[in-house]
Amino acid sequence: MKTHHALRALHGILQREMLRTLRQRARLFSAMVRPLVWLTIFAAGFRSVLGLSITPPYQTYVLYEVYVVPGLAAMMLLFHAMASSLAMVYDREMGSMRLLLTAPLPRWYLLAARLLASVIVGLPLVYLFLFVARFWDVRPPILGYVAVFPALVLSGLMLGAFGLLVSSISTQMENFAGVMNFVIFPMFFASTALYPIWRLAEAGPVLATIAAWNPFSSAVELIRFALYLRFDVVSMLVVVACLVVFFLAAMVGYDPGRGLWSRRGGEG
Amino acid sequence: MQVLIALVLSMLMARSASAETIYVSNEQDNTVAVVDGATMTLQDTIEVGRRPRGMALSIDKKTLFVAEGDDNRIDMIDLARRQVVGRLPSGADPEFFVVHPDGKRLFVANENDNLVSVVDIAAAKVVGTVDVGVEPEGIAVSPDGRTVACTSETTSMVHLIDAATLELIDNLLIDTRPRAAAFSPDGKQLWVSSEIRGTATVFDAATRAQTGKIEFEVPGIRREGVQAVGIVMSRDGANAYVALGPANRIAEVDTKTLAVRRLYLVGQRPWHVALSDDQKRLISANGNSGDISFIDLENQEVVKSLPVGRGPWSVVIGP
Repeated sequence: MKTHHALRALHGILQREMLRTLRQRARLFSAMVRPLVWLTIFAAGFRSVLGLSITPPYQTYVLYEVYVVPGLAAMMLLFHAMASSLAMVYDREMGSMRLLLTAPLPRWYLLAARLLASVIVGLPLVYLFLFVARFWDVRPPILGYVAVFPALVLSGLMLGAFGLLVSSISTQMENFAGVMNFVIFPMFFASTALYPIWRLAEAGPVLATIAAWNPFSSAVELIRFALYLRFDVVSMLVVVACLVVFFLAAMVGYDPGRGLWSRRGGEG
Repeated sequence: MQVLIALVLSMLMARSASAETIYVSNEQDNTVAVVDGATMTLQDTIEVGRRPRGMALSIDKKTLFVAEGDDNRIDMIDLARRQVVGRLPSGADPEFFVVHPDGKRLFVANENDNLVSVVDIAAAKVVGTVDVGVEPEGIAVSPDGRTVACTSETTSMVHLIDAATLELIDNLLIDTRPRAAAFSPDGKQLWVSSEIRGTATVFDAATRAQTGKIEFEVPGIRREGVQAVGIVMSRDGANAYVALGPANRIAEVDTKTLAVRRLYLVGQRPWHVALSDDQKRLISANGNSGDISFIDLENQEVVKSLPVGRGPWSVVIGP
């Protein structure tokens, strides 16, 4: 694998992802509106939910709007990852995935490039949301917007790798409703995105345990801490470990020799 | 990454660093907490008498007076040694008091005796009393030292006392359960808060006519939950800060328009507030959550809430 060759491939993949994303105006629009709806309507009803306790990394009492913003940023990454994995299933059905994977570069590299491209394309919207959230008085320190970048990239990669795994298992686009019901919603709701652990523990210890083990929680906390200039080591390790595991599993899934693909008759 | 963050944090801290010490009376712990203003950390706790509430610095800022409601006295803390070094009589159940600008006398509200006691600091003696309404609570002295204002919670009045003759000049009716009184720095206005009605009434100090009233509202909190208690005014007289008790908020009020500019979310049930010497920082003592909240007025945000003990009641900022 020559470097310039590899970079050209990455560039091509990135360009394709970008074009595709920019052409889906409706998707862009809804990706931006979704967290804002949560912030204006959902958060408004819960304003005083957190008035009772200080949860790190916050050093004082915060309104619910402030608490929920990192979770909503992670939600944007999650939905983006799932939309991207849906696109991959589509690519498989249309045959362009085969085209990509037959390029004279290692399979892992091509999939990693696809993953990275998808995350990079998704980030500007997350930043736009974080800046718009300032109008809701969610004002983390300015340097927090810099510190949150690696956290967003890592979380995006982890969720993207998860989407890659899902796309390697899921055979048809019709299955995607099932993915929404059984993957995205539980992952989002049973996490620290909407409520801190202590609040979930009040609802039920099982839910709190699930949330604590949910890798999406780690992504949320990594983003939350970074946004307030703190470094959550445990969350970072969990996110990195999950990234590696999901990516390796997706590798297996996409391997025509060994993976689920071959068992299904290698329709790609 | 960690190094970078540590560097950034230390820069931020250095920027807001101020050589101030914050003193907080813990009503239920019988202590005064000592907090370092630069690092915003608890440094010390000083044991005092029972139920410490009102506090004030001496004019030379070397001594802190602490009213001990259940011990019927005022303790004097030497701030250099951080020790109680003397006691003053105060009359029964002192809740709140002020140091007269002459530096020689304290005016103390005696909650149970319906009196204002005048204490001579040097002689350690009560040198006079003034009869006021039922349950005197808040007390303030005009910047020129001529007038002392005392609120009485049950009578719902503010009583104006001539500081020289100790005669009552006037009684003004206030909304239910008045708490704190504060003169504007130019001495032209008198502000009085009403706990039950959640209002602050503004009077012209010279004519004693009501010139305005602020009705506090906090979105999402029912009216009964918004109660006005402690008041502090900025040195330039442009802003007043009012603690809203169970609403867990501090209101920033424009003293010209009487509009509430901003509400800061602090700990539970803030009683009293204090402004730093540079007027850039506001600190609230939050009675129910046992902490104090630091508000950065330049960036208009609450920076930190620090646990200090049980039942923080009043806060004083010293050198």
